[in-house]
Amino acid sequence: MKLLGFLLLVAGWLIVLSALVLLASGGLRVAFVLAGAGVEILGLVMVVRAHMGGERP
Amino acid sequence: MMPPRATPMSEAATGLCMLFILLVPLAATGLALINTGLGRSRSAAYAMFSSLCAMSVAALAFFVCGFAWQGFPGGAAHILTVGGKPWSWVGSGAFFLRHVTLDGSPPSLVALLGIVSVGLAALIPLSAGADRWKLGPICTSTALLAGWTYPLFAHWVWGGWLAQLGTNYGLGQGFLDTGGASTVQVVGGLTALAITWILGPRRGKYTSEGMPSAIPGHNAVFVLFGCMLSLLGWWGLNAAGAVLYQGAEPGMAVLVAINTFFCAVAGALTAAVVTQARFGKPDASLTANGWVGGLAASSAACLFVRPAAAVAIGLAAGILVVFSVEWLELRLSVDDPGGAVSAHAVGGMWGLLSAGFLAHVPGTTDSQQWLAQLVGVATLVGFVLPLTYGLNWLLDRFRPHRVPREGEREGMDMHELGAGAYPELVTHGEEFSGR
Repeated sequence: MKLLGFLLLVAGWLIVLSALVLLASGGLRVAFVLAGAGVEILGLVMVVRAHMGGERP
Repeated sequence: MMPPRATPMSEAATGLCMLFILLVPLAATGLALINTGLGRSRSAAYAMFSSLCAMSVAALAFFVCGFAWQGFPGGAAHILTVGGKPWSWVGSGAFFLRHVTLDGSPPSLVALLGIVSVGLAALIPLSAGADRWKLGPICTSTALLAGWTYPLFAHWVWGGWLAQLGTNYGLGQGFLDTGGASTVQVVGGLTALAITWILGPRRGKYTSEGMPSAIPGHNAVFVLFGCMLSLLGWWGLNAAGAVLYQGAEPGMAVLVAINTFFCAVAGALTAAVVTQARFGKPDASLTANGWVGGLAASSAACLFVRPAAAVAIGLAAGILVVFSVEWLELRLSVDDPGGAVSAHAVGGMWGLLSAGFLAHVPGTTDSQQWLAQLVGVATLVGFVLPLTYGLNWLLDRFRPHRVPREGEREGMDMHELGAGAYPELVTHGEEFSGR
């Protein structure tokens, strides 16, 4: 789950970059940047949850 | 956007800028005191000692290769053409500062500012790893931060593709960051988060059911004095950044200083009021975190907002930091003794996002500035966090970060240094009794 979370973080960032490069200015670009940020939030939630389940010293 | 400094400045401007930069180590001194005061008494000497080591390693790593990769506005860089637009990805200068004439020129001042700023960034993770992070891994992790992670992102922000978002894609003035809210504060804060995850919580911090127990800092005077010292350093950091990275005239340092101060006081007062309302009395350590959170937030837009907006940014930063500290500790099991993740990462991100709505560069339109700021924050979370976590995770595989159990019990002073900060005090370990 931890690895998947980090992969989602990177994937979200790549969506943001792709939106900048591939989409002309306008609502579609904004929507895809927001979607990329949403994917990052999902990845962050997964990474956080993965670390909450760790063994306590 | 005002052009960054690539042309020579007058002697007076150079002298003022030099003065601003020489103030920056006071921010590091303040943070070191805060880190020490918020840790245990049996790790106090080690906290200051490791701060000194981290600053030294950071300065050397930045000298060896960091500045070559960060570069300076108008300097040599590797540029990719993506979709017909130039994307400046990384500086291509020579190692060991060989491509810079150290004569007071803007590139030499940028190099000096980088050397002191990266030391400040290196102290932020120390706060999160207090009482359990070994010295060797601290130095190695700091070298990675100062030699690669910080310079790469600093290049993107100050001259690289994030700064070019305005000219390439029409996103406002490009990513705005006057004094290092992203490069110093958020990069340091996210590294702190990675370190807390890799180290795990201090022994005795959480019960087997996951309930946190309070481990209060040992010296509130250190913490509050550190806050006051750090203000001086932040004045220097933000003013020097405004002149060197944003092309402001040195006289604009007045606006920068007022905004920086108002962000800090608003953050601290808000934290004091919120903790008074919730707990019956104001909490000194959370108020200190509110102060630092306000300072971190101020670094983004201090050149581009009016003082009233700076107060609003500081107020929101104070609230965010207080609730973030509680959320991280109680709900997410993140043991961050100094509140570094909240004050620097959360405060810094808030400052960056608020700049998208509140900043205004005179004589320009600000269309979609918020989107440029969002892209910058998305890059921090989606690229810098995995990068810094991955580097420190790999390092932990080869050389474990965490001190052995007995080291944590006897305290980092005795275990790592062989002598305590307060030899007249008996080391106690009541939180380990019965375990």
